[in-house]
Amino acid sequence: MLAEFLQFLFSGITVGATYALAALGFTLIYNASHVINFAQGEFIMLGGMLAVLFAQMGLPLPAVLLLAVLVPAVVGVLVEKLAIEPVKGAETVTLIIITIGASLVIRGLVQVWLGKNTFSLPAFSGDEPIHVLGATLLPQSLWVLGITALVVVALWYFFNRTLQGKAMLATSVNRLAAELVGINTSWVLFMSFAMSAALGALGGILITPITMTSYDVGIMLGLKGFVAAVVGGLGNGLGAVVGGLLVGILEAMGAGYISSAYKDAIPFVLILLILFFMPRGLFGGKSTDRV
Amino acid sequence: MNKRIYYGLYGLIVILLVLPFVVPNNFYLDLAVRMAINAIIVIGLNLLIGFAGQISLGHAGFLGIGAYASAVLPMHFGWHPVTAMLTGALASALLAALVAKPIFKLKGHYLAMATLGLGIIINIALRNEAQWTGGPDGMPVLPMALFGFEIGSDRQWYWVVAALLVLTVWGSLNLIDSPFGRALRALHGSEVASQVVGVNVARYKVSIFVLSAFSASIMGSISAHYIGFISPNFADFFHSIELVTMVVIGGMASVYGSIVGAVLLTALPQALATFEGWETVAFGAILMLCMIFMPRGLVPTLAARFSKGDDK
Repeated sequence: MLAEFLQFLFSGITVGATYALAALGFTLIYNASHVINFAQGEFIMLGGMLAVLFAQMGLPLPAVLLLAVLVPAVVGVLVEKLAIEPVKGAETVTLIIITIGASLVIRGLVQVWLGKNTFSLPAFSGDEPIHVLGATLLPQSLWVLGITALVVVALWYFFNRTLQGKAMLATSVNRLAAELVGINTSWVLFMSFAMSAALGALGGILITPITMTSYDVGIMLGLKGFVAAVVGGLGNGLGAVVGGLLVGILEAMGAGYISSAYKDAIPFVLILLILFFMPRGLFGGKSTDRV
Repeated sequence: MNKRIYYGLYGLIVILLVLPFVVPNNFYLDLAVRMAINAIIVIGLNLLIGFAGQISLGHAGFLGIGAYASAVLPMHFGWHPVTAMLTGALASALLAALVAKPIFKLKGHYLAMATLGLGIIINIALRNEAQWTGGPDGMPVLPMALFGFEIGSDRQWYWVVAALLVLTVWGSLNLIDSPFGRALRALHGSEVASQVVGVNVARYKVSIFVLSAFSASIMGSISAHYIGFISPNFADFFHSIELVTMVVIGGMASVYGSIVGAVLLTALPQALATFEGWETVAFGAILMLCMIFMPRGLVPTLAARFSKGDDK
């Protein structure tokens, strides 16, 4: 009983950490530009696929990690420079379509380049499971959770203790006011796309040894990351992390106890319930409009 | 009402009347039917996106409800296709109302999120309930019969769909010019201002969402009967995105833009088939380029260029 529960909990938290990283990515870009970046899922895919590619080339693990995070970050910046910045101030739907276009281009290119096969990546430190109260925990799960925790702490430090981080927060609160006090808001936009792509890619790399990857995994992962971001209240960093973990855990519990065929539907049922009963998400503040 | 807006309708009627006599073969007639079906769905969706300023990322879900109502009810329960179609449409409308009511009190991306979730849940259910729907493989659809007369050939379907398209365009033009339409445009401009002058914002948004869901569901049924086969891909996220793209590429808040968007994006995959393997990249690149260079969509951008400073 307890063992089964723990087993679901472990797998839920592990996947949830990936959702949390993706949700943080959504949050960063949403705060900087009010764009919902539907290409976020493709960065998760890109991270995993590139890690597989670099690992097959025989690069050492740290180099694999670094490159598979940096390249998607560059792609993220390219998307921002080439496609988002030229249409600043366009309607939300227009921006959404652009990010969807970008996601199709990225997915299509990876499909042409690396094919439609499913790839896997060796775990970072072996596959010997750890036994905890009758449940098993993969060492890779610890990597996922550890690195996610580090990233969250680093982000907290960045946004609360550094000038650059505070400049980004200020821009999300009021772009015009931020510009007036001398913040370079187009640098903020640039940074949010780079960071958000890097976060997504990192999640993709970490989870690949457990779930495997292929050119089309980005859609579902991205959408679930979006759910996680909204669950926590869109634009709220802490909310994104909690939302990600919650979505992951409920999905694993639902798949285990209710129906594994409906596993992918669970995050979306959750979001509908939350929108009905807690319309601002779990951590969203009350908002007032200035007319 | 600006009488000039009807010129487009007359033009459309002429084109629709002439088209079946000039297309070289059935391939193009089939394409024309599918374009017209998409155009009707997109006009409904554009009322929501372009006029009311709300995004639905799950509209294919309503298409799916209509299509599967028309497939499952006659096949497994012996219902008449028309009853099945109307039941599907009512179910879609009901579901839309149920989902929209709490959500339209919110602002921003929440409807996008909720419709996206709804669409995905519908799609997953269609895939999993294989005993009714045939699962991922899909299922055949019985032909549509009206008053003992069976609609079968592409040509018959063409006239049915063309008539529906004309009706939809005429209805939408009138709707936009009615107090209802003015209220919609007002709330797109400023919700607070329209509330101040007495527009019940939430109610209008719910009504237009329900209307567009109803119309999508009916067209889902018609597509199902026309193609004679239905699979869950018809109701998936990508199809929803395609529909939104048609709205935006054609031009938001433009009825004729919706037709142009539907025509172009229905033809595009055919044109891209020659790119073997690169279709997705090409499709994505075209979407981005259109939006970067014509963020308001084709028809409004071109209209603005040709009438320079003219107010419409």
